[in-house]
This record gives sequence, structure tokens and C-alpha cells, in this order.
Amino acid sequence: MSLVGARVLRKEDPKLLAGRGTFVDDLSPAGCAFATFVTSPHPHARILSIDVRTALAMPGVLGIWTAADFSEYPDVPGGLPQFERPALAIDVVRFPGEPVAVVAAEDRYLAADAAAAVLVEYETLPFVSSITAATAPNAPLLFPHHRSNTVTSVPMLDDAERELAKSYGRARLRLTNQRCAAVPIEPIAVLADWTPSGLTMWATFQAPHHLRNYLATWLDVPQNLCRVIAPDVGGGFGAKIVWYPELFLAPLLSKWTRRPMKFAQSRSEAMLQMSHGRGQEHDVEVGYAKDGTIEALRLIVSQDLGAYPDPTGLGLAVLTTWMAAGCYKIPKVVTGFRNVVTNTTPIAAYRGAGRPEAAYTVERIIDVVARRTGIDPVEIRRRNFIQPKSFPYRTHNDAVVYDSGDFPAALDECVRLLDLDAVRARQAASRNDPTAPLIGIGLSAWLEIAGFGPNGSLEGFGHLASWESTQIRIQPDGSAIVFVGSSPHGQGHETTFAQIASDELGVPFDRITVVHGDTESVLQGVGTMGSRGVPTAGSAVKVASQRVLTKAKRIAAHLLEAAEEDLEVESNAFRVRGSPGKSVSWGDVAWASFQPLRLPPELLAGSLEERLFQESPNFSYPSGVYGCVVAVDRRTGRVRIESMVLVDDCGTVINPLLAEGQVHGGVAQGIAQALFEEVVYDHESGQPLTSTLVDYLIPSAPDLPSYIAGRITTPCPNNPLGAKGIGESGAVGAPAAVVNAVINALSPFGVEHLDMPLLPEKVWAAMQPGAIAQGQAS
Amino acid sequence: MNFAEHPKTLVNVDVNGKSVRYEVEDRTLLVHLLREHLRLTGTHVGCDTSNCGACTVLLDGDAVKSCTVLAVQTQGRSVRTIEGVDGPFDGRSALQEGFRQCHGLQCGYCTPGMVMASTALLAENPDPSETEIREALEGNICRCTGYQMIVESIRWAAEHGSPPPNGVSP
Repeated sequence: MSLVGARVLRKEDPKLLAGRGTFVDDLSPAGCAFATFVTSPHPHARILSIDVRTALAMPGVLGIWTAADFSEYPDVPGGLPQFERPALAIDVVRFPGEPVAVVAAEDRYLAADAAAAVLVEYETLPFVSSITAATAPNAPLLFPHHRSNTVTSVPMLDDAERELAKSYGRARLRLTNQRCAAVPIEPIAVLADWTPSGLTMWATFQAPHHLRNYLATWLDVPQNLCRVIAPDVGGGFGAKIVWYPELFLAPLLSKWTRRPMKFAQSRSEAMLQMSHGRGQEHDVEVGYAKDGTIEALRLIVSQDLGAYPDPTGLGLAVLTTWMAAGCYKIPKVVTGFRNVVTNTTPIAAYRGAGRPEAAYTVERIIDVVARRTGIDPVEIRRRNFIQPKSFPYRTHNDAVVYDSGDFPAALDECVRLLDLDAVRARQAASRNDPTAPLIGIGLSAWLEIAGFGPNGSLEGFGHLASWESTQIRIQPDGSAIVFVGSSPHGQGHETTFAQIASDELGVPFDRITVVHGDTESVLQGVGTMGSRGVPTAGSAVKVASQRVLTKAKRIAAHLLEAAEEDLEVESNAFRVRGSPGKSVSWGDVAWASFQPLRLPPELLAGSLEERLFQESPNFSYPSGVYGCVVAVDRRTGRVRIESMVLVDDCGTVINPLLAEGQVHGGVAQGIAQALFEEVVYDHESGQPLTSTLVDYLIPSAPDLPSYIAGRITTPCPNNPLGAKGIGESGAVGAPAAVVNAVINALSPFGVEHLDMPLLPEKVWAAMQPGAIAQGQAS
Repeated sequence: MNFAEHPKTLVNVDVNGKSVRYEVEDRTLLVHLLREHLRLTGTHVGCDTSNCGACTVLLDGDAVKSCTVLAVQTQGRSVRTIEGVDGPFDGRSALQEGFRQCHGLQCGYCTPGMVMASTALLAENPDPSETEIREALEGNICRCTGYQMIVESIRWAAEHGSPPPNGVSP
């Protein structure tokens, strides 16, 4: 029986459930010291002096360092020359929470005491905490040498004005995809131990080899002396592939104090120091025919980068513009974008990274067109869909060729699971009953670019390459160890990759262990991001396992004195078809594989080991249609999700249980963005107003609904598994479904658009007399 | 090493059925007594405002957030952490097994807190509805699962005869 496609329970769980996982802050080697940052309270200021004398004299303090102590080391690896971030602020601080000094002490209490006693004198500078402020005439500059806060931009080559002007109708929206925080429940933690034999560093990170590569260069040590381990990682969502200062400072502090050195962020620190996500403003306009056909789309994106351009942060708007047309066949699509620095926490990847923003905008504007033309939102999507026979489908951008999909089938399935006619009947009834909540129905037909990626795709974000690696090792008893370069943080690689290997090798699932996250044992690696785990690393495991099996069959054939092509693998043994008694166990074959005297002459001892760097010819394009039903309380504006239908197409599914879990988690984050979450800066003071989980509203169980999951499957033609990736789907598809549902509920009030998050106050205000203008598109 | 700046107190506390005597600074949080001094690292820290619940333990049978309790407040009381949970399902309690069966965890960081909070729930209400489960977990944040499978995990435990919490003296 095939394990691929089965709801296999996870290998990871028993230890995690027993409290026996190993997260970085759980480690405490002998002599371990603790480091913490002194941070800027200002959005923008000149550092006049740092007085460490009192703090240095405090009990248990091992040392205090400022930027001057690191002058021989380069800046943190950055996205853009001349906009790099120093490991500690040099002369100027550019966002609240930016580290200006680092304190090491015997434990975290003493480190916190001493950090509070470091006296930093600042001269405050004018600041900008929004794109609007940063791009205003005579705006204060973060990097005066550049003379503008717009650090990069890609203008439109053609504004599509001709096509838009020719259309029957035009609809335009300005919308904000608000700044969010990833908030993995484990904040950033690093433990470095620099011994005379080399450096070992444990870091909560999504890409340990990537970190090793950069860290060794930064420290100027050879990579053989620089080992990075990502042990159990408590969530990442994109925020753990960012070059935080402590990743580079921890090793030096360990070296200088001759102690293992740990950093472990508090949540309040994490809210300011861990990268934020989203932070885009969109100006979108479409031209449409009378029948609702979209004829042209123009999208202009402004990306808030925060204070320092992050390599991924710089790529977010690129991905958004690539995916601007979504699931639709639009003859003319033009896009442009600009990247703007502000005195705020740097922005980088957050689950979906540029694609949720694209999906949200196209799904919002198509609902506006549906409303203007009076065409059913289901029908208008159907009319504009790229048809299943049109794949591979070339988009407005040469880099983007959609692989496969069946959008009409996904839409049909979503409508069926929603029981749309019944919901619409209920909606009509609710509108006539002033005591009933307003029912709203929203759809989101989305697709994203994933499976990063083809050669060159990740190199642009600073990665070594875009492949993923595996190494399959058969032990002498026939059990197997699968090493993978993609290091997980909750996705369940140890289970899914063992399923794939078990199917291909014929070795039982329980006799396969998946090893990841350690640069000393794992061949090489790129990392886990961009919904690439299964399409790249999973495919690597499949192909490498097949190659191992081919050689194992040769050995089995030699031992059985049979022909290879007559062998089949079944129940952990190689059998000769048609000769029931003639078989040799996997264990016997494995044992023989290390004994030259028992091997066929063309094979060497130890040859049941295969390594592979799996490349992809193209990206993958997961897609789906989500439907949402909301009930809006007329008196309070509170939105309750009554029903959330999720029809995904991620190609081949390895483990439906885990795939569903990924979708649920992504959808929860998408709903959270639609209804609750926003990182807010006070524009008067430049201060963050959401720096704890009291103020930043992560939903808990009572705030979220149950989900109804459906699925269609169009395999991806670009990898041996046919898998498209599933990690980001929910976060890409959910926001538009929820917002479209709320706007639909509010349609009796003439509302065409409200920006996320749809907090009760905003929804309530839109229902008040005279409020229509603010919710009107143009 | 002795950094005698802060007053210390000798705390006698029962942790997972074992009596522990430990001298801690008065300002030491229970979660740090557990993690740093007793090296029970299954209890995690996810925030500093009592919102996330990753640090949930049972104090005399009640679910509390150990980041908001001083170690000295546990004097003479009994604390149960994830390391003190076991049961008939291959060493796991019905709740732990429910989380495994229903994929109620992904990264696993919030999980010990979720298990402890739901252990307290089932002790009080052995057959909770979905709504009761969701409300009982209001103080525990999971960023991975979207909660549905956590709710199903707890229902699984309720249906598979969650034994009364052992090792806890109410």
C-alpha cells in the first residue's frame, strides 16, 4: 500500500508531546552566559554618547560592547549596497528597538538589569513612520546620501491608459495591505559556543546552511569550523530567514568571553526586532467589458521596507507584481513598484511574502467590478478564469508561466461546499430583519507562485542556489536515514519525507529516520520557505530513493541468482516474481552491500548511498477557491465567521492530514490579517503601539471558526512528485474571502471597500449614516 | 557564583510528585525556576504579558501561566508540568494521544501549554463541547494549527476516556 497520500501520524509528535523537544533556549551548556541588547527608544536619533560604566560594575556582568567594538566586521548581510544594516547602530538609530549596545552577563536577569543601566544619550531626529510620510516632499531622510527614501523602483513601461480608456467601465481601488507580525510562538534564540576546535551555533532558523554560509564569511572562518544547528524550531513563517544582529554577535561574544553565549528574545523585544511582513499600498485599476470581462489591469505597489532593506523585503513587491493577474486571463497587465524605507522595523518575508498581497488586490477589484456590473461574483470569476486547457499559461511576466490548474472545478467545488443557494436565501432574509446580523458571502479564487525554485530564483535573495539536497543512507540492517537540506519548523518533514522514501525504497516507514537542520551531518541545504519543502526536497528524496533501490535490486539479484527485472520489493524484502520461496530481505541485501565478497563485481562496498541536488525547471503554482460566510453584528460591527470553505489544489498530496494542517494554519493567519492584526506606529511620536501581545491581536481558539476543506488535484508537471507546495496557501487565499464577505454584508450601506483589519469599530462606522464616502471605490 | 544583590528565599515545592527545595531570588518567575534551575524545559515561554499560554502548568491542579507566578508563591504547593504527564497510551495521556491522533500540533512550541490547559479543562469538564473547548483555550495561542485540530484532539481525549489527572492533589 502506498504511504504517499495516506494520513500517517507524525514521527515528530511523541517527543514534542512529552516536553522532550529541543528548542534553542532549552539548551544550557556548562558555563552558558546570556546576552541582551540595549535598544533605541526613538524612531530616528543621533547617538551622542553611550555610558556603560554603571552597568559594567553591576554584579554578574561579563562585558558590554557597542558598534565601535565590531568595527573590523562588516555590516549585517544586506539587500542593497550603501543601505546595509550595521550589527549595532553606528551613530544613528533608524527604528524603535534597534540595538545600540549588547550586554553579556551570568544570566538573563542580570543581563536585563545591566542593559537597563546603560545610559545612552540621543539627539532625536525627524522621522517617517509611513510610506506617505517617507515620500512626501522634503521628508526626513533615513539615508541622506541617497537623497530619497525610495531606495529602488521599477516604473511601468506602459501605463495601459489606452486599454483602460477603451473599456466599457473602469474601477479603481487604493488599498493597504497592512503591516503584520509573523509571531512564531518561539521568538528568536541563538546559542553560540566558540571553542578552540571551532564554532557551534544553535539557532532558531529556517535555513541553517544558508546561515552557516553567511556566518563563516562574516566571521572570516572556514566553513569546516563553523557548524550551525537548527534544532526544533518553534514556527518561522518567514521571519526566521532574516539576518538578525544576534546571529552574528553571539559567536563573537562567545569567543571573547570564552563562554557559550545565548540570546533569547522576549516577546516585547521580538515585536520590535523580529522582521515584520506585508506593508504594501496598492493602486489598482481595471478596465472591463459590459459582460464583466476584465480587459486591462494596472497595479502600482508601494512597499514599506522598514528601516533597512532586507534581501527578501526587496523582493516582495516583485512577487506581488508577478502575480497581479491571479487566476484570470487579462489581455493587458502592467505593473510598477517602489521600495521605500521608513523609521520602522525592517520588513521581510511573512507567510506568502508578496503573493497574499497580489491575491487580495485582484480578488477585491473583481468583486468591485461584479458589483458595478451586477454580475454574480461566482459568474464573473468563471468568465475571466484561465481555462484548464490553457496550461502552461504565459503571463504578463516572462518569469511566470503557470504550470497547471483547474480553477472552474475548484470554484464549483467551493460553491457546492458553501451550499451557496441556501446561504443566499438566509442572507436575503437577514437583510429584512433588523434584529438579525447581516450575512455576507465572500469568494477568493487565488493562486500563488511557490516551489522555489528554478535555478536563479533564490540566488536573487542571496541564497547559494535554488536546488534542495538529499542523501539517502542504508544502514547495514536495512533501515534508512534520509538527510535533507530543507530544515522544517513545524511542517512535518520527518514524516512526509519518510513516507516518500518508504514508498520508493520498500523499507517500512518505522525503519526510516529523516535528519535535518545540522550543517555537520546534512550534505548541503537551502532551506524551508516559499512552499518549497515537498516540491524540491520531497522530489529529491523520491529520485534518490529510486536510485538506491536500483542498486539494491542489483545486489538482491546477485544474491538470489535472479534477473533484476524479475524482482519486486514487498514487505521489506526482494522477491522473485512467480517464485514464492525465492526472496531476500532488505536487511540481508543491506548487510551484503557492505561486504565486497558478496557484491556483484560492478558495485563497491557502501554503494547503497545516494546523494542528489534536485533542481526544478520551473516554479509551482498552488491555487484554490475559498469561500467565507460572515455574520456582522449591526450594533457593534463585530464580524463572526460562520463558515469557511477551503478548496485547495496543491498537486500531489503526500499526507492529507498534514496538508490540511498547513492550510488551517495559513487560513488562521489570513483571517487574522483580515479581521484582527496590524502593526501600528503612532505617526505623531513614531512609537510602536503594538509591541506586546496585549496590543497585537493574535486570535485564539474562540476567535476562529472550524474549516470545511475540499480539494482538487492537478499535478505539477515540473517535479517528479507532481507536488506544488501547501505552506503558504491559506495565508494567500483567506484575506480576500473574509474581506469580500464583510463588504458583501455591508453592501446595503453602499460600501465598496474597507481596509484590513476589519475591527468592529471600522465596520460599525461604515454602517452609520453618511459613512458611505469613505468606503467607496472610484 | 553568588550575586547576592537580590533577596533570596528557600522554596519548598512539590514538582511532578517530587519534593524540591530550592533557594531562588524572590524575583524569580516560576517558569524560570522550572526551566533554568530544575531544567524542566518542556514548559516554554512565548510572551511576557500572559497572553500566549506556552508556559501553562498546573498549580494545585489549576492551570496557571508560570511566567506570571513567582517561584516563591509556590511555597508548600504542588506544580505539575508536561514532564509530569503520562498515561496508558504508550506512556501518553489521552490528551497527549489525542493531539497525536488529530494532528493537534505542528512546531510543538505551544503544545505543552495546550496540553496542560486542556488537562485542567478535562479535569473540570470531562465532556466539553467545541464551544467550551474553544473558550477554555482562550488564553493559549497557537500560530500553526488554526485551532481546529486542537479542538478535535481534546474531543478525541474526551471520547477515549481521559483518566483523571494523576499526580495532582486538588
